[in-house]
Amino acid sequence: MERVPVLSLGDALLVSIQIDLQDNTVLALQEDLAERIVSTGARGVLIDISAVDIVDSFIGRMFASIAALSRLLDAETVVVGMRPAVAITLVELGLSLAGVRTALDVERGMKILRALSDRREVRQADEADADLVPVAEGGGPAAGA
Amino acid sequence: MTTSTGVEELPIRTGDDVVRVRQLVRARAQEVRLSLVDQTKLVTAASELARNTLVHGGSGTATVETLSRDGRSGIRAVFADEGPGIPDVDQALTPGWTSGSGLGLGLSGARKLVDEFAIDTAVGRGTTVTVVKWTR
Ligand SMILES: Nc1ncnc2c1ncn2[C@@H]1O[C@H](COP(=O)(O)OP(=O)(O)O)[C@@H](O)[C@H]1O
Ligand SMILES: [Mg+2]
Repeated sequence: MERVPVLSLGDALLVSIQIDLQDNTVLALQEDLAERIVSTGARGVLIDISAVDIVDSFIGRMFASIAALSRLLDAETVVVGMRPAVAITLVELGLSLAGVRTALDVERGMKILRALSDRREVRQADEADADLVPVAEGGGPAAGA
Repeated sequence: MTTSTGVEELPIRTGDDVVRVRQLVRARAQEVRLSLVDQTKLVTAASELARNTLVHGGSGTATVETLSRDGRSGIRAVFADEGPGIPDVDQALTPGWTSGSGLGLGLSGARKLVDEFAIDTAVGRGTTVTVVKWTR
């Protein structure tokens, strides 16, 4: 069985699917990605499917599963480069892929991942500030009790 | 009258065989100049049906041939197994219904993606699904 390589780029993982996907390859990719997100601490996963000429229900489900599992592991997934004929076919097949973030190409996909990660850093900084305030003032619910 | 040429049969015993079926259907669809969207629809349907032959039927064959009728060309693909058969075809064709752990979109989806669709199945004897896609 061929495996799809997973590349590490900064705090993102990059997957470019260049082979015909058989079901076991699809399952292996899902597992590889879950492990790599944890081992690298990646915050984003970018899956480039511009070379993929069909997406059936099994392959489509992989995108949804990867999006869901990456979220559980504190990372975001963007699927990029879907061919128009593939999109048309997926809709007719009845697979909407709700919950899967998409972008037209790698560049836009990376932009989305960067924006998400910036937003997250701002949010984390806010939360850190919020934590600090009561401590600095010596107040807070625990101190008042 | 419909004429048929270039009948080719492939076994479906492994996941790699499913990929080979896709490749053969793609090559034939290109040969008769199906549009890119129609090629993609047919290959996607073939992928779903070949997987069903493998997963639900245990194993089987795909037979692909080129059709010609009234100046139009088409591709017929037949997926046959001698597995358990389908007890309730209407239920099996309901989008989202699965007896296993799939999405239940293969059979219903394949039907929507092709021009002609037929199921011949008997419990304990097996299942044959035939699809055809014509050039416009
Ligand atoms: N070749 C087959 N042999 C036996 N049962 C089948 C076959 N193809 C489809 N089925 C039945 O029809 C159901 C629906 O098929 P499908 O829409 O492809 O969904 P899935 O494969 O995801 O379960 C299957 O769950 C199975 O019970
Ligand atoms: Mg199926």
